[in-house]
Amino acid sequence: MSIARTIEDKLAARLATSRLVVIDESRHHAGHAGARAGGESHFRVEIVSREFAGLDRLARQRLIHDILAEELAGGVHALSLETVTPDEAGPDS
Amino acid sequence: MTATQDAAAQNNPVFERIEQEIASHPVVLFMKGTPIFPQCGFSAMVVQVLSHMGVQFKSVDVLTEPAIRDGIKQYSNWPTIPQLYVNTEFVGGCDIVREMYEAGELEQMFTDKGIELQPQ
Repeated sequence: MSIARTIEDKLAARLATSRLVVIDESRHHAGHAGARAGGESHFRVEIVSREFAGLDRLARQRLIHDILAEELAGGVHALSLETVTPDEAGPDS
Repeated sequence: MTATQDAAAQNNPVFERIEQEIASHPVVLFMKGTPIFPQCGFSAMVVQVLSHMGVQFKSVDVLTEPAIRDGIKQYSNWPTIPQLYVNTEFVGGCDIVREMYEAGELEQMFTDKGIELQPQ
């Protein structure tokens, strides 16, 4: 299974999300430190979840870091996160 | 900070070095490379934001200090670099700095914390 898929599955299993997008951005970083041959090192994750309500920016990201601790300790070199509540995301999301 | 981390802090000499850095400078950026030659896009972005706002900051290049590269991740309980500290407090990484900047919260935070801004 691809790492992007693993990230998506783990987040979906642990969080109630109304939007969950995992984008492998590794190709944008090819050739620089931390990029691996074959990609799968740099990810962008966009999450809309009501579970972020009441959590500040640090707490939201820490929640995601905890869920993906194994991946972050392994090959995932960079994880860019957008963590918003349905209210913050607005009606267009 | 958990009890475990407190215990680790007392035993880890790198934590002492980190504490010294963040206590000696109001704004400290742990980054890859230097402000002039950042070695990572995420570090470069934070440098750009701080420079644009006219914030004076101390930078620590974790690529030249591998012990700090690992140590700061444990110290902050944060898995990635860059990491921004203001008045010894951890603010966040690239995403958080960018979001706060876009929302006007970063300027407010610096002002509240008595950090001088001299926009270019």
